[in-house]
Amino acid sequence: MLQGVDLDVPAGEVTMLLGRNGAGKTTTLRTIMGLWKLRQGRIGFAGQELGGMGPSAIARAGIGYVPEEMGIFGDLTVAENMRLGARTRRMRQDRIDWLTAAFPALGTFWHRPAGTLSGGQKQMLSLARVMVEPRQLYLIDEPTKGLAPAVVSVLVGALRQLKSEGATILMVEQNFAVAKALGQNAAVMDDGRTVWSGRMAELAGDAGLQDRLMGLHLEGHR
Amino acid sequence: MTAPRSWLLIAVVAVILAALAAAPFLFPGVRAMDTAARICVFIVLAASYDLMLGYAGIVSFAHVMFFGMGAYGVALASVHLGREAPGLILGAGAGMAVAVVLAALIGLFSLRVRAIFFAMITLAVASAVAVLVSQLSGLTGGEDGLSFQIPRALSPSAAYLPDPLPGLDPAALPGVVFGDAPMESLFSEVRANGKLAAYYLVFASMLVLLALMRRLTVSPFGTVLQAIRENEFRAEAIGYRVVRYRIAVTCISAGIAALAGALYAVWLRYVGPDTVLGFPIMVDLLLMVVIGGMGTVWGAVIGVTLFMLARGYLQDLMAAAQGAVAADLPALAVLLEPDRWLMWLGLLFILSVYFFPAGIAGRLKSGR
Repeated sequence: MLQGVDLDVPAGEVTMLLGRNGAGKTTTLRTIMGLWKLRQGRIGFAGQELGGMGPSAIARAGIGYVPEEMGIFGDLTVAENMRLGARTRRMRQDRIDWLTAAFPALGTFWHRPAGTLSGGQKQMLSLARVMVEPRQLYLIDEPTKGLAPAVVSVLVGALRQLKSEGATILMVEQNFAVAKALGQNAAVMDDGRTVWSGRMAELAGDAGLQDRLMGLHLEGHR
Repeated sequence: MTAPRSWLLIAVVAVILAALAAAPFLFPGVRAMDTAARICVFIVLAASYDLMLGYAGIVSFAHVMFFGMGAYGVALASVHLGREAPGLILGAGAGMAVAVVLAALIGLFSLRVRAIFFAMITLAVASAVAVLVSQLSGLTGGEDGLSFQIPRALSPSAAYLPDPLPGLDPAALPGVVFGDAPMESLFSEVRANGKLAAYYLVFASMLVLLALMRRLTVSPFGTVLQAIRENEFRAEAIGYRVVRYRIAVTCISAGIAALAGALYAVWLRYVGPDTVLGFPIMVDLLLMVVIGGMGTVWGAVIGVTLFMLARGYLQDLMAAAQGAVAADLPALAVLLEPDRWLMWLGLLFILSVYFFPAGIAGRLKSGR
């Protein structure tokens, strides 16, 4: 159960959502996406109130979501999964070229059922599907979780490119090295509320603050 | 980045469709043509059911009800408007419209909630409609059903050519090769009459509807349906209105089932509750789809063909086999008693589901 979250995601920047397990990071993303019902408070996005909207309406409003559990469709091919991500049902060739360059495995297995891909490739597909056309906001939930370092560097490379496009990203990440490399802003959550928010550089440069917020001393911060 | 194809599956389907195209000329006799026509009708019905079950993961028990609506539409049009084609087309259209509207209503009320409610509601509605059709004997002919006339051009009395067309009789081949039957027995005669025209109307309609359904399944709409079947929440989170897609496929499926019913009525020139609305047809339909393979239009072609052939000819096959083994293996001959054909049919289905859990088309598609 989430309570008291107070989070601002600046446009055109990457905001990393940090915090210990069970702090409410994934719940926050799922609630923004409408997958879990908002009971109190409000979620504003580009002048709209998302609170009463369903997931499909929120997605059509321009929010792309990459779930934690590699939300691909295993029975469909890589190409079909990608096509599902395009709201117009037509993928732009330059976008496909860009994504298959960023994730070469996807080009190789383009007509294979997505269920036959490795865990890392599934995560690449999940990310590529949401990147197949520009979104106003990307919600990305722990994309590097449990993946090999080589795969993580591919994903980070692709996310860097997305960031360079000026995309607005809210990303949950447990790997602080990845968070530091990508994030411009950071918000730390604990027990369903944002306990700290600010520039990533400030958090990255203050070991004491990191220890206090993400170590075992969060109780002292309340 | 070209898509791989399962050539084995394509070859099997091509052989079946070619056999159906040439059926009147390859398999002489009224019974063979009747079996071929029923296969054509049930291919459309099973493929339309698979749009819901295999592609969208929606379990419905009302599909045969939609089939019956199309059939009764044609029958009632013939009885009340006359036997000519415009009236029958109007009847088929009306039956289809009623099926689509009813499917939309059922979908609107039950597809928003869990899929099991939809299954239960379709079962209830289908039972209610079957009872209603039996009770409204003044309109529907009740349990006796309705016999009606179809356009003269499609009736057996209409002759198109003075001389019969040449056909083949493959059943005579063993006699010619191994016995002393004359070569002429390999050839048969096919009368170019209205019955033949009716068969090709059914066959051509099947091809058109099958192509339409195939196009639908490989379209973005079909991809979304498969995504919904796999994970509706995921599909919703990408931006697809799951309920709308489910209702849409239910309506399309019901409309095509009604057209299959209309074709069946034209072929049989009779409709009755047991013929076009009975629950046993629904069970047969489920078996056809499961045996053929769900989630592929071609599965319906294979499943229906096998089911219909087994049902139509298993008894004959068993009689022949019994005769062959009667002297040497009397115990086996007892088991092959033609009256036990239903037991063997059931056994065949159990084995096919056990060995081909993804259906025959699924197995051929995977190439294993």
